Amino acid sequence: MRPPRALRQSQGFRSPLGDRVFDVFNAVLLLALVLITLYPFYYVLMASLSEPSRMLRHSGVLLAPQGFSLEAYVRVFENSYLRESYRNTVLYTVFGTALNIVLTCLGAYGLSKHDLVGRTPITLFIVLTMFFSGGLIPNFLLVQSLGLLNNPLAVILPTAVNTWNLLILRTAFAAIPPSLEESARLEGANDLIILCRIYIPLSLPTLAVLVLFYAVGHWNSWFSALIYLNDPHLHPLQLALRQILIDGSTEGVGAGGDAAEPVAVTLRYAAIVASILPILLVYPFLQRYFVKGVLVGGVKE
Amino acid sequence: MQERVRSGGVGVRPIRESRWRRSWQRYTWVYLMLVPVLLYYAVFEYGPLYGLIIAFKDYSPAVGIGGSPWVGWQWFHEFFGSFYFWRVLRNTLMINVWDLLFGFTAPILLALLLNEVTSTRFRRFVQTMVYLPHFISIVVISGLVLDLFAQNGLINDILVSLGGTRTAYMSDPGSFQGIYVGSGIWQSVGWGSIIYLAALAGINPSLYEAARVDGAGRWHLVRHVTLPGMMPTIITLLILRIGQMMSVGFEKIILLYNPSTYETADVISTTVYRRGLLEANFSYGAAVGLFNAVIALALLLLANRLSRTFTGSSLW
Repeated sequence: MRPPRALRQSQGFRSPLGDRVFDVFNAVLLLALVLITLYPFYYVLMASLSEPSRMLRHSGVLLAPQGFSLEAYVRVFENSYLRESYRNTVLYTVFGTALNIVLTCLGAYGLSKHDLVGRTPITLFIVLTMFFSGGLIPNFLLVQSLGLLNNPLAVILPTAVNTWNLLILRTAFAAIPPSLEESARLEGANDLIILCRIYIPLSLPTLAVLVLFYAVGHWNSWFSALIYLNDPHLHPLQLALRQILIDGSTEGVGAGGDAAEPVAVTLRYAAIVASILPILLVYPFLQRYFVKGVLVGGVKE
Repeated sequence: MQERVRSGGVGVRPIRESRWRRSWQRYTWVYLMLVPVLLYYAVFEYGPLYGLIIAFKDYSPAVGIGGSPWVGWQWFHEFFGSFYFWRVLRNTLMINVWDLLFGFTAPILLALLLNEVTSTRFRRFVQTMVYLPHFISIVVISGLVLDLFAQNGLINDILVSLGGTRTAYMSDPGSFQGIYVGSGIWQSVGWGSIIYLAALAGINPSLYEAARVDGAGRWHLVRHVTLPGMMPTIITLLILRIGQMMSVGFEKIILLYNPSTYETADVISTTVYRRGLLEANFSYGAAVGLFNAVIALALLLLANRLSRTFTGSSLW
């Protein structure tokens, strides 16, 4: 008996040859995407290790360093503005993330208590802020009126809680069975202890993702520092990078750097490498948690 | 837990009051723990709303927000009447059109392609690599873009070796929006695909089997099983994306544009920054910002409504 027409047609479509061709095409396409994604970073790394004078004359695709020189890196580390801004960024990231996590845990714990009277209006009060924002000028005026201009708190406090992250953690906390905390409660433990001893240890994978999100946010943040911190001694790394990469000046960076000097060419790249190195170092350890974190966040409430 | 709360008090008082009382007795610590969080929201999320009233005032720092005189809609008239109004409106719109057409669809396509990969190891490898740019700062990304597209940059080198001519892309108004949207796709296509892949993982495998028994080929499976399975996620993200239309990429535009590309690069939010903050026209900036926020909210509500009408799924 002949198979029905529709079946024959679709079988023709899924012929092994057609599948094979598609699989190969698909793999080539994805490999090309990986190449396009990675090449700019490879280029930066190779350029940063090149001899400045040779890099200056080089044009076209770069596959290996042009000569070999660590001069650019020496310059980066000798440069007091860059060093100071690097230290500032580390401090902002550590303290900023710590504050983020503490407040996010406190908020998520409260919102996860289903029988807490007032939970609905409190949730509404928080979630509503996802749909509006005062905007640039009112935010600036607020920070100014709080006397936080030129104060490192200006880049930490206004982003102390991210509502999206708060909801992610709230969902994780709500999944913890209440029976677990009952015995602790009977032994007289208060909620702060229950949060620290039961909820946080049971939500470590989610917390790891949130730490990553918050920390990367602080590490990469530049705009709030641009408008709130005038004092160069308070500048974070990204502002220093902006001067070098965007304004193209190594003069402002001090240490006698002159844009006309050949090393200015490779210094840009060395600064980029120094700035993304910490992210590259933690990336492999944390990336297996990504899907979980984003997935939980995708849960619609 | 519920029972204990219920048996805690005797029903003498009005029910509402005693509910609060019992909740307070049981959750004193929880309420106290919520205080700093709510304080943050009150000060830093709701606080700026007070400053918005300067959009209707002639703000002068000397007398403060309260003491500045009211001017009504003056700043709005000035903005709507200015030569720049249509320019920034057109640019905001066009950048969003390109980004919705290409930037929004790219992660969906990538997720579909990744879903067709049979080797788990190869798929994981590709995923790990393409997520990476998401974590790189916008300053570095912009620095790379300026570098690659410079007159003597890599892109020009390659094009010249293929017989093209050198162009100063970063000062060419015709190239700005393409570079902006393209570099955005480069940075976030991988990260954007995660959520779709998660949605794909949730599709019931028996749907595929049933379709295969019915003789569906690979393309039919994608069309009739995979895509419908992704639809709710696509719609949710589309609504959210439309709600963000007015604020897109403001930081990156500030880093990438220059006076020679304002023609196609200047958007509403960059105007707020330049005219409002850099030139210290706080009231004007607040008015433009308010206009921006109102449109953004309207777009979000509209997208949600349209989605509920036509697809039955919505954010709320």
